[in-house]
Amino acid sequence: MLIRIASLFGLAALWVFAAWLTDDAQVLPMPQSLLAPFWHEATTGTLPYHLGKTLMRVLWAFGLAMSLGLCLGLVMGLYRRVDLWLDPWLVVFLNLPALVLIVLCYLWIGLNEMAAIVAVTLNKVPNVTTVIREGARALDPQLKAMAQIFGMSPTRRLRHIILPQMAPFIAAAARSGLAVIWKIVLVVEFLGRSDGVGFQIHLYFQLFDVGMVLVYSLSFILVMLIIEWTLLQPWEARVNRWRTA
Amino acid sequence: MIQVDVASKSYGETRVLQDIHFSVSAGETLAVLGPSGIGKSTLLRLISGIDDQFEGEIIRPKRIAMVFQEPTLMLWRSALDNIRLIHPHLSRAEAHDALEMVALVDKADLFPGQLSLGQQRRLALARGFAGQPELLIMDEPFVSLDAETADQMIALTEALIAQSRPATIFVTHAAAEAKRLATRTLSLAGSPATLAPPMSPKSVSSKGDTL
Repeated sequence: MLIRIASLFGLAALWVFAAWLTDDAQVLPMPQSLLAPFWHEATTGTLPYHLGKTLMRVLWAFGLAMSLGLCLGLVMGLYRRVDLWLDPWLVVFLNLPALVLIVLCYLWIGLNEMAAIVAVTLNKVPNVTTVIREGARALDPQLKAMAQIFGMSPTRRLRHIILPQMAPFIAAAARSGLAVIWKIVLVVEFLGRSDGVGFQIHLYFQLFDVGMVLVYSLSFILVMLIIEWTLLQPWEARVNRWRTA
Repeated sequence: MIQVDVASKSYGETRVLQDIHFSVSAGETLAVLGPSGIGKSTLLRLISGIDDQFEGEIIRPKRIAMVFQEPTLMLWRSALDNIRLIHPHLSRAEAHDALEMVALVDKADLFPGQLSLGQQRRLALARGFAGQPELLIMDEPFVSLDAETADQMIALTEALIAQSRPATIFVTHAAAEAKRLATRTLSLAGSPATLAPPMSPKSVSSKGDTL
């Protein structure tokens, strides 16, 4: 924990140094000069409102992308025939630029919440699928045989044999997933929503207000750090208890 | 009671097993001997039903248990859960009894990784017997154990078999193990492997009375 804090302080020091070099608050303000606008945005409720909007979109897209990717990845990793059929699709979607998917979703579905979430989800599903598929391919065949001979039910097999072996892959997909998703959500908001952090950044981009752009993006990074430290890492520690015990 | 009639088993173009016919009754312990690589494990895969790509027929009971070469435990679940999750009909007390049989009751809440290899093997043995199997299959269950541990394991297995009297088929390349546990011995030989003429069978009356 100490190292983490020291490392974050190092980043802040680098910022101070860069701000001192540029010596222009218009281009890069000092970190401490953001505190007042941050406090103002936070107390008027504007910041929490937009953070909340973005967070909801992130959580929706994350939940959908993880569930879909988990199912697809498992099926593709376990059944060779399905993998042969779906693999080219995966390559197509992996290489489809996020921006194209977002624009198409807005054009086809309309400038609404559903289009936004669908666009983000579709952007993330192929990555999750790829990671999970690797995990499913690495499953222990001996344990599978054991479960089969002892007649374990499919739901028990999934819960106690397959998913525990997949945990590191699920964690990897979740971690990279959450980070990528919030970046795509920002683009989606930037292009076609009237609330959320991305919308605010769009607004302050047009006003050339670097300070407020930083206030909004840093606030959300803070939210993501809190999620990482209070949810993701404790969950990971729990499912990996057996490795260190 | 299990009836094995394997006409042939091939991997691609290579025929590995041919004309293997035998049956094992409840309470009987059959040892299958043969050099490594001959196809003993393949035969067990057919018998256990993991592999159904072969010509012939195998009639097996419903409750089957297997003890593998490796312990093959769920490393992410406690010793007790390794038994309870495989045998959900067992009560907590019954699962504890199963651990008691192999002297692991004080390790119930530990993860398999916290046990020694010998203890993991015993846990796998307990898991095998906990469901009162009608057919018990063991694939080199005492391999890579030191002599003393192997001896304890064999004695334990003997006791457990005597108690629940399943039809037991076990594979080994150690004739001494076979002699000690088995009521009957079969040898695999040749390529494709088939049953060699039976070796001197141990007296059946001392071990089982169902024949």
